[in-house]
Amino acid sequence: MATAPTGAADRPDGGFRLRPYIRFLFGYDLQEISHIAPTMTVLDWLRLTKRHLGTKEGCNEGDCGACTVVVVRPDQGRLIYRAVNACIQLVGSLDGSQLLTVEHLKEDDGTLHAVQAAMVEQHGSQCGFCTPGFVMSLFAFSKLSGPSPTDQAIDDALSGNLCRCTGYAPIVRAARQACASVTSDRFDRNAAATLARLEAFQDEATVQVGDSSGIFHAPATADALAEILVANPQATIVAGSTDVGLWITKQMRDLPVLVWIGRVRELRALDDGGAAIEIGAGVTYSDAREVLALHYPDLGELIRRLASTPIRNAGTIGGNIANGSPIGDASPSLMALGATLHLRRGGERRSMALADFFLAYGKQDRRPGEFVERITVPKPTRADRFRVYKISKRFDQDISAVLGAFWLRLDGDRITDVRLAFGGMAATPKRAAAAEQALRGRTFDAAAVAAAKTALTDDFSPLTDMRASAGYRLRSAQNLIERLHLELTHPDIETRLVGDKALAHVQG
Amino acid sequence: MSRVERIFPHAATLKSGVAASLPHDSAGRHVTGEAVYIDDMPEPEGMVHVYVGLSQRAHARLVDVDLSRVRSAPGVLAVFTAADIPGDNDVSPQHLHDEPLLATDRVEFAGQPVFIVAAGTRLEARAAVRLAAITYDDLPSVLDIDAAKATGKLVTTPMTLARGDAAAALAAAPRRISARLQIGGQEHFYLESQIAYAVPGEEDDVTVYSSTQNPTEVQHMVSVTLGVPAHAVTIEVRRMGGGFGGKETQCSAFACYAALVAKRLKRAAKIRPDRDDDMVMTGKRHDFTMDYDLGFDDDGRIRGVDMTFAAKCGWSADLSGPVTDRALFHADNCYFYPAVRAVSEPLKTNTVSNTAFRGFGGPQGIVGAERLIEEIAYATGLDALDVRKRNFYGKAGRDVTPYHQTVRDNIALELVEQLERDCDYRARRAAIRAANAGSPIIKRGIALTPVKFGISFTLTSSNQAGALLLVYTDGSVQINHGGTEMGQGLYVKVAQVVAEVLQIDISRIKITATTTGKVPNTSPTAASSGADLNGKAAEAAALTIKERLTTFVAEKWNVREDEVIFLPNRIRIGQQEVPFADVVKQAYLARVQLSATGFYKTPKIHWDRKAGRGRPFYYFAYGAACTEVAVDTLTGEYRIERVDILHDCGRSLNPILDIGQIEGAYVQGAGWLTTEELWWDGKGRLRTHAPSTYKIPAFSDRPRIFNVALYDGQNREESIFRSKAVGEPPLPLGVSALHAISDAVASVADYRHCPRLDAPATPERVLDTVDRMRAAAAKA
Repeated sequence: MATAPTGAADRPDGGFRLRPYIRFLFGYDLQEISHIAPTMTVLDWLRLTKRHLGTKEGCNEGDCGACTVVVVRPDQGRLIYRAVNACIQLVGSLDGSQLLTVEHLKEDDGTLHAVQAAMVEQHGSQCGFCTPGFVMSLFAFSKLSGPSPTDQAIDDALSGNLCRCTGYAPIVRAARQACASVTSDRFDRNAAATLARLEAFQDEATVQVGDSSGIFHAPATADALAEILVANPQATIVAGSTDVGLWITKQMRDLPVLVWIGRVRELRALDDGGAAIEIGAGVTYSDAREVLALHYPDLGELIRRLASTPIRNAGTIGGNIANGSPIGDASPSLMALGATLHLRRGGERRSMALADFFLAYGKQDRRPGEFVERITVPKPTRADRFRVYKISKRFDQDISAVLGAFWLRLDGDRITDVRLAFGGMAATPKRAAAAEQALRGRTFDAAAVAAAKTALTDDFSPLTDMRASAGYRLRSAQNLIERLHLELTHPDIETRLVGDKALAHVQG
Repeated sequence: MSRVERIFPHAATLKSGVAASLPHDSAGRHVTGEAVYIDDMPEPEGMVHVYVGLSQRAHARLVDVDLSRVRSAPGVLAVFTAADIPGDNDVSPQHLHDEPLLATDRVEFAGQPVFIVAAGTRLEARAAVRLAAITYDDLPSVLDIDAAKATGKLVTTPMTLARGDAAAALAAAPRRISARLQIGGQEHFYLESQIAYAVPGEEDDVTVYSSTQNPTEVQHMVSVTLGVPAHAVTIEVRRMGGGFGGKETQCSAFACYAALVAKRLKRAAKIRPDRDDDMVMTGKRHDFTMDYDLGFDDDGRIRGVDMTFAAKCGWSADLSGPVTDRALFHADNCYFYPAVRAVSEPLKTNTVSNTAFRGFGGPQGIVGAERLIEEIAYATGLDALDVRKRNFYGKAGRDVTPYHQTVRDNIALELVEQLERDCDYRARRAAIRAANAGSPIIKRGIALTPVKFGISFTLTSSNQAGALLLVYTDGSVQINHGGTEMGQGLYVKVAQVVAEVLQIDISRIKITATTTGKVPNTSPTAASSGADLNGKAAEAAALTIKERLTTFVAEKWNVREDEVIFLPNRIRIGQQEVPFADVVKQAYLARVQLSATGFYKTPKIHWDRKAGRGRPFYYFAYGAACTEVAVDTLTGEYRIERVDILHDCGRSLNPILDIGQIEGAYVQGAGWLTTEELWWDGKGRLRTHAPSTYKIPAFSDRPRIFNVALYDGQNREESIFRSKAVGEPPLPLGVSALHAISDAVASVADYRHCPRLDAPATPERVLDTVDRMRAAAAKA
C-alpha cells in the first residue's frame, strides 16, 4: 500500500479542499492511506493487508460479532469507544478515528486486560472463535458501564455477539466481573494524548481515496456532499454501511463511486431544542436513541431491539429510510409519528411526508444526485399515544416478521386521529388506511378493535417467506391492535415479555 | 522445608490432575486473539485460494457446464471438474458411492458442488464461480418428508427394534392415541466455517490442515480421491472454532478440494466457503416425523407403543444410517415400554445431505418419547412429571430396552427427585397455574424432563483409540492422541489424565495438534467419546512409561518396585525423593525407552443390527432439566425465564468444563426446538442460510436464572477415572423448554388438550397452537 502524502491539496477548480488520503490510528500507529479499494472492509484490511489475525470472520454480514472491533472517536473533549462489525465497515470510514482490535488490549508486559482476564477466569471461551469479538464488545462496554451494570445493559452490550458453545452463562459472569474490576487501563492512561491526536485529525477537507476499482469520497460538509453527488449522480451513498456492506461482501457488487456521509458535520446533528426533533441523516441509532426514547419511550425500546449494539453504533435512521427496505423498522415507526423527510440535490431542497417517499418495492422518491438531509419528528402532545411492536423469531438482532407502529390522538377514550404503519406486511413500509379509517373518530373499545382487525385484511396481503407465513403476519398484525388496546385501557394486564415492561402502560 | 519443597515450592501437591477445575488450555490465547485457527496460519508464497461452484437446482441433469467465463476471469489460475479427479470421485463416508466430490452428469440438491476454481485471491475465486453458465434439465424433486414417503426411496437400510408384541399390547390397552410429531433440523452454526489448507510435498505427499473432527477419515478421503496411499496424506488440526458434528464428515470435501488443487498446481491451496455457502452446502441435523400409536392405562402407565421415525436424510446416505439408528435407541429415553416396535425410515430427498449433529439422532428420539408422556398426561389429567416417574425403567422385569440391553446403571428416579426438590417444581407449577388464570395474554409454563443417553459408538469398531506419549530428557512431556479439540476441552482433560498418572504438573505437558502422522486410524471425535476413549489410551501410554520408570528405578536404586511411589513432581524411592525430571534424565542415560503408545477399546459392547439385539452402549449418562417460560398468546413469542439442571458426569474429570458443556448444550438444544428454523423455498433452495435469517439463541435468549449442578455419583463402569461423557447427553435437556412452552399454551384450553406443539416452536408455530387450543376449547 502506498503511503500518502502528508498535506492536503487545494483543488485547482477552486472547490473544496481535498485530502487525498485517509488517516487514522491503528492502535497508536498512524495510518495514512491514499491507495485503497473503496469497498475494502476493515476486516479484510486487518486480516489480509495487516495480517492482524486476532479478529475473526464468522458470517461476513454483521450478524455474528466474531469480527467486532472498537472505533474510538473524539466527542466534546472525550473519547467515545464504539464496538462495530469490522466485516461490513469500510476502511475509509475509519478516517479520523482510532481503531482498536483484540491484539491491542494486553499491556506491554503481557498482563491481560481486565475483560480478558475475566473471560479466562469465568471460563467464557470454549472453541474461542467468537471470543475476540466478545472481548471487544465487553471492552467498549467497560468504558461506559460503571462497576455494576444491569442485566439488561449487559444483554444489550453483547446483543451482537453470537456464541454457539457456552450458552452465554459464563460470559455474563465474565461481564459482571470485568465491569467490577476495570480500573484505569492503558487506554485511559493515554487518553489525553490520543484525544489530542484524534482532534488534530478533524478537518474540513473532502477526503478522496481509491484505486483502479473506484473512488471513495468523504466530504466534511453538506455543501461538499451536495456537489459530489451532483457530479456523481449514480454514486452509492454510504452512511453506516450496515446494508451497503452486504452489497459488497455478499452480492459482490461493483461500487465504483462511494460517498460516505459519516464526516458530514450537518448530517450528524441531532436537534431536540425546537417544536420537533430534527435528526440528521448521518445520526446513528446509538446517538439518537436517548433523545427519541425521552419523547417516545417505545421508540427507544424499538431501537434497543432493532439491531445489535455494533449495528446501532454504525447504522443510521436516515440510511434505513433512504434504502427503502420493506422490513426496515425505522420507517414505519416514523411514518406513524408523522415524520417529514427533507431531501437535497445541489442547492435544491424539498420535503415530504415520510409515507410518500416509498413508491414501490426497492423504489423511493429520491432522484439521482439527491440525498436525505434530515428527518423531522413531531414531539408528542399530552393527548398522543404511541406504541411500536416488533415481532421476530428472536427478540434481539433479528429482522422483523411484522412491525406495527401505532400513533393515536385521544380525546378521553375517543380517537380523534390515528396513524397505523406496518413493516413486513407489504412491498414497502405502509400505512393501514382502512384500519385507520375504522378507528378514526371512534371510541377505542372492543368493537373498534374488531373493526380495525377486519379492516387490516383490506390493507394488506402479506407474503410468505422464511421469516413468517402470510397468515401469521396478518394474524399477528391484527393481534397487535388488540395489544395496543389492552395497553391503553388495561394497565393491570401484563402484555410484554422483554424490555422495560412498564412501557406498556405509559400514558403519552 | 523438605528438599522437594525447596525444589518445587508450589508443587508439593498436584493441583492439575483429574477432577480439578482447570481452565481450557487455550483460554489465554482465545481472549488475546493469539489462538491460531487454520485461516490464521502463515500463507506461503504463491498460495492459491480455492472456491467451489454450486448447483442452483434441486434435481437436474447437467446438460451443459460452460466454464469459459470462469476460466478467463481475473486472477483465475485453474478450473477443475469431476473429470480432473485423479482417484475415485467419491466422498461418501460409508463408501456407498452416492456422494461424488464433484457432480458429473446430474445434481441432486441446490448447493451441490459442480466445479472448483483456483485463483490468486479469495475474492477473485469467489467472484469467478458466479460466472459459470450451467444448463440444467430439471427433474422432479422431492423436498420434504411427506413427498419422500410417497416415493419410498431410502438412502440406506432402515432398522426395526422390537420387544414383546406391540400390536397386541396396543389392542388390549385401556386407552390409545395415535398422532404425529414433527421435529425440525438444525444448522450447526460453528462460528469458524469449514476450511482446509493443503501444502504439497514431494511425490504423492500432501499435508492438509483441516478443521475436522475426523482426521483419519479426511486422510482416507483425500487419499481415495487423489488415488494415492494413505501414507502420503497427513491431516493435522490443532483446534476448530466449533464442530458439533458438522465437521465429522462435512469437512472431507473441502480437504479434498484443497489437496487436489495443491497437487495439480504444486502450490499451497486454501478453501474457506463464505458463511452462506457453507450453510447451503453442508448437512445439518435431520428433520424427523414420528408417527406414533400409543397404548396406556388410566394410571398413566404405558402398555405398548409403535413408532415410525421418518428422517429427511437428503440426497445421500452420509451418516443417516447410524443417525436414524440412534433415534430409535433413544425413543425410550428413561421409559420402560412393555411392548414396543420402533422403525426407522431414512428417506431420500433432494436437499443437502443431513449429517451428525451433537446427539446424532438421539435428541430426536427423546423428543419422541417425551411427546408420548405428554399425551398421557393430558389424557389422564396427571402431572406429566408423575407420568414420567411411573414409566421410568425399574427393577428386573422393567429394565430392558427396546434393543434388549438391560439398564443396569439407572439413576433417573433419584436424579429427577433431587432436581424436583431443589427447584421447587411442585410449588412453582401450582403458582404458575394460579397466576395464569388471572393473566389473559402472558401465560407461563413449566416442565421437568429427564435424559438418558447411551454412550458408545453404535458401530462397535469405532470404539477404539490410540495415544502417543513422548517424554523428553528435561522431564517435559508431549501427549498426542486421536481426539480433536473443538472447544469442549478434550485436550486439557486428557492432559489431566496424564498428569494424574505421572503425577506431574500439567504445565509440564504439551498438548499438541492432532495429526494422523502420530496416531493412526483414529475414530472421529464424536459420540461424546473423546475423553472416554482418548483419555483411556493416554492413560495406557502413561502407565507404560510409569512402569518402565518404576522398573528402572527399582533396579538402579536397589529397592522393591512397591517402594517406588510417584508423588507430585517427584518419585519416592525407598526413603528418598527424587524429582521426576532427574529420574527421567537417569532413565535416558540408562537407555530406557521414553516414548510409549497407548491403546484402548471399550469392553463389553456388541451389537447385532439385523437382530436388533445386543449391548450397543457401555453405559448411560443421565440428566434432568426444569424450564420455566412465559408465552405471549397474542403473537406466540416466548421467553425462557429460568432453568434448573442436574446432570450426571460420573466422577467429573473437570467439573467447570463439564458445567460449561451442560450450559452450552442446554441453550443449543433449546435453540433447536424453538427459534432455529430451516426454511427451504418451493424450488428446494435453503433460504435461511446466514445468521440474518437463521436464528440461533442470542445473548439475551439465555435463561436469566440458569442453575446447573452436577449429580454426585460415579460411573458404574470402569470408564476413565469413573467419569461420564458429557458432549451430547445434556443437549436434550433443552426438550424441557419445548414442553414448558407447551404447558403455557395448554393453559388457554384449561390444560384439557394436548397441545402437540411441534418443533421448532417458532412464535408462528406457538401462535398456531394457541389458536388450535382455543378452537378446541370452544368446541368442547
